[in-house]
Amino acid sequence: MPFDIYDFTSLTQWIDTSLNDRLSPFWAVVAEMAIVGLLILVFYALIGLFLVYAERKVCAFMQNRLGPNRVGPFGIFQTVADLIKLLLVELVPIRNADKFLFNVAPFIVIIASFMAISAIPFAKGLHAIDLNIGVFYVIAVSALGVIGVLLAGWSSNNKYSLIGAMRSGAQIVSYELSVGLSLITVIILAGTMQLSEIVQAQSTGWFIFRGHIPAFIAFVIFLIASTAETNRGPFDLAEAESELTAGFHTEYSGIKFAFFFLAEYMNMFIVASIAATVFLGGWMPFHIGSWEAFNHVMDFIPPFIWYLMKTFFIIFLMMWFKWTFPRLRIDQLLTLEWKYLLPINLVNVVFMAFIVLMGWHF
Amino acid sequence: MEEHLKNSVTDGQEEYVLNIGPQHPSTHGVLRLVASLRGEIVTNIEPHIGYIHRGIEKMCESLTYPQIIHLTDRMDYLSAHINNEAVCLNVEKALEIDIPDRIKVIRTIMAELTRIQSHQLFWATFGMDLGGLTCFFYGLRDREKVLDIFEETCGGRMIVSYNCPGGLMHDIHPGFQKRVKEFIEYFRKTLPEYDQLLTGNVIFRERTMGIGKLTLGEAIAHGITGPTARASGFSCDVRKKEPYSAYDRIKFNEVLFTEGDTYHRYLVRMDEMRQSMDIIEQLIDNIPEGPYAVKMKPIIRLPEGEYYQRVETARGELGVYIISDGNKNPYRVKFRSPNFVNLSVLNMLSKGFKIADLIAISGSLDLIIPDIDR
Amino acid sequence: MRSIVKYISEVLSGVWSLLKGMKVTGSYFFRPSAIVTQKYPENRKDLVMFERFKGEVIMPHNENNEHRCTGCGICEINCPNGTIEVITKTIITPEGKKKRAIDKHIYRLSMCSFCALCVKTCPSNALAFSQEFEHAVFDRSKLIKISNKPGSQLMKGVE
Repeated sequence: MPFDIYDFTSLTQWIDTSLNDRLSPFWAVVAEMAIVGLLILVFYALIGLFLVYAERKVCAFMQNRLGPNRVGPFGIFQTVADLIKLLLVELVPIRNADKFLFNVAPFIVIIASFMAISAIPFAKGLHAIDLNIGVFYVIAVSALGVIGVLLAGWSSNNKYSLIGAMRSGAQIVSYELSVGLSLITVIILAGTMQLSEIVQAQSTGWFIFRGHIPAFIAFVIFLIASTAETNRGPFDLAEAESELTAGFHTEYSGIKFAFFFLAEYMNMFIVASIAATVFLGGWMPFHIGSWEAFNHVMDFIPPFIWYLMKTFFIIFLMMWFKWTFPRLRIDQLLTLEWKYLLPINLVNVVFMAFIVLMGWHF
Repeated sequence: MEEHLKNSVTDGQEEYVLNIGPQHPSTHGVLRLVASLRGEIVTNIEPHIGYIHRGIEKMCESLTYPQIIHLTDRMDYLSAHINNEAVCLNVEKALEIDIPDRIKVIRTIMAELTRIQSHQLFWATFGMDLGGLTCFFYGLRDREKVLDIFEETCGGRMIVSYNCPGGLMHDIHPGFQKRVKEFIEYFRKTLPEYDQLLTGNVIFRERTMGIGKLTLGEAIAHGITGPTARASGFSCDVRKKEPYSAYDRIKFNEVLFTEGDTYHRYLVRMDEMRQSMDIIEQLIDNIPEGPYAVKMKPIIRLPEGEYYQRVETARGELGVYIISDGNKNPYRVKFRSPNFVNLSVLNMLSKGFKIADLIAISGSLDLIIPDIDR
Repeated sequence: MRSIVKYISEVLSGVWSLLKGMKVTGSYFFRPSAIVTQKYPENRKDLVMFERFKGEVIMPHNENNEHRCTGCGICEINCPNGTIEVITKTIITPEGKKKRAIDKHIYRLSMCSFCALCVKTCPSNALAFSQEFEHAVFDRSKLIKISNKPGSQLMKGVE
């Protein structure tokens, strides 16, 4: 295949062998882990900063504003300036807070999103761990973040925070179902839970096209449910600014607040990359049937760029939702899940299974 | 207060008391609501007011009549022009001055522009209360155009101080008519966007329909006025019932609904913006010639007696009650402000609904806190 | 069966109403010409306020450093907040007559509520509003301004 020129497998294997030549197997693994950890950390921070900037710019344009435009050209260093400010700002101690849980909560939130990002295939061979149950792992790990939110709300000893945290708990428990079921729909089609194989299986066509109607329904449901799972508008009930001032992170300041803030954006990035990987072919280029010339041009765009393009497209969709719709109420949120998304999803899974059985997919 | 404490122990369950305000994003000022909750459900609301009490009524007693006007701007700052007009009409009524048509027409146009900008801000903040932040920017963007008209003619944007007893501070700006027509043309095009963004939105309808129902009987019993009462079917538009200024010569409909829920309180205001545009269109080309102010004595003294004048502000009926002892200062001034009265139903409306509904209901009452405290 | 049709039509009409809203915000996103905010300190030069804009009360002086204020104090009486204070002095005119003239016309911007009564009631049109709107200062005492310029005199022909 022509995009083999962008294959990272040889590079990573070369690093692996050269490390093993010089070090004992144990230290080689340690060194590899350190490199991977460092790379993900840098990537995480960069993407986080960029997403915050992108959201502010996107919402500004939707609201007939200019958005950040002071620090650097078009304000691109605005988030860096904000980060420096957040690092320098005082951490306000809360008198009657449960100190240990209060301090631990932001780390739980951010570690959960770190763990999820490690399983995502960025390009061929550019993959921290390729678990054979990749999809399952990502669903499981990304749900851990809610523990941090619950702890934050409970330990702050603030009434707004507590309501926010309890809302968040109810919300994640419900929407976890829809996220799982909409991914199961695609797993039925793909026949595997390994993320790299799911991407490979889409070399002949993205699942959203191959699975036509049920895959499209699953995609829409996944978008809605994952927006809810990441606590973003119109499902941002946990921090519902106009009701609960800032919800679960009302009492957090400085870098601890920044952790929650960053984790929110990274969770958005993670669910967007899962949607891109599972439904839109991950790093696979866009191909149209027999248009050889067109497909060839598409192949020259590196897979990593393809992956980012798809992810940011989905992130843009999520921002678009957030800045258009009013917020739901907590009972409506649960009604939407249990009365609309879940039944549609269950029917959709059966529908997809039927289509796969009859071989009606492309 | 004591009764509130008694309620909290009725069934052996402790209540969760949440202090909403005085600094809270959706109380639109320094209103403090002490909300008793059971889970998410609101069981009791106790509004605490007075955080922005400036003693305007008392201050009026030591000021002359022209000086009172600028204080009324600061009560309901979104209906500043209409508040001014109320005091001026009362003074003119007491002195039995005939006001030329030109002044009446200009006052009416200004009042309707004020109503439009107030409802635009209502739309903006109501959308924001429900979580749709973009509404806020669109509402303010369009309101800016009205404020520009005010600034050009009156010199102020919110605090206009354009009326004075016997007429206006100065004549309209030469570009006034053109600018108003441009605005009407522009706003007729952008108003459908408001509907697309919020009115038709399924989430918005679910959030507001059937929430906080106010029946006609309750509205009358509590003395509710303005759009809030008209959503319940209470025909209370002072512009119709007791026309002042130029309202007796123009055609417009009083917007009435019977449902009385949050959604219809919102709809009344949306339709009133259209009605106001109709009113302005009827008047803008027919501003009669004449003086912009009647020559008044340098020191205005009202004859001894009591005078009352009511007008329809963007939020309801504003009554100005002046007792004069024949001096240049009034003996006593009382403002019957619509917001203070409208706040009284908040507890009744929001009982049994959720916190999010409480925010929606208080948003739909469109409260202006400085008008409550005065 | 009917309930299922109702259920599906409910879902579809709901989604349609959401899409209509997204059309509005989306169309603005791709139309940067609709942006209404301005870059304020940069556009300071071509930022023109309306001529009637009530910035602060000033006393216009002509090129000979002459103003129109006779020091009658009507503005001071009419001011609802005690913003204006007129301090007069007695001068002797070239003809040898004693005459009242202003020493200081003090204007406290921090107390002004821009009701425009002083400008309106001034019998000799000595006061006006400037279009200045950048009033922020670090020291509150800087908000107490003296409207008449040092060494200024009453304009000829103004009584």
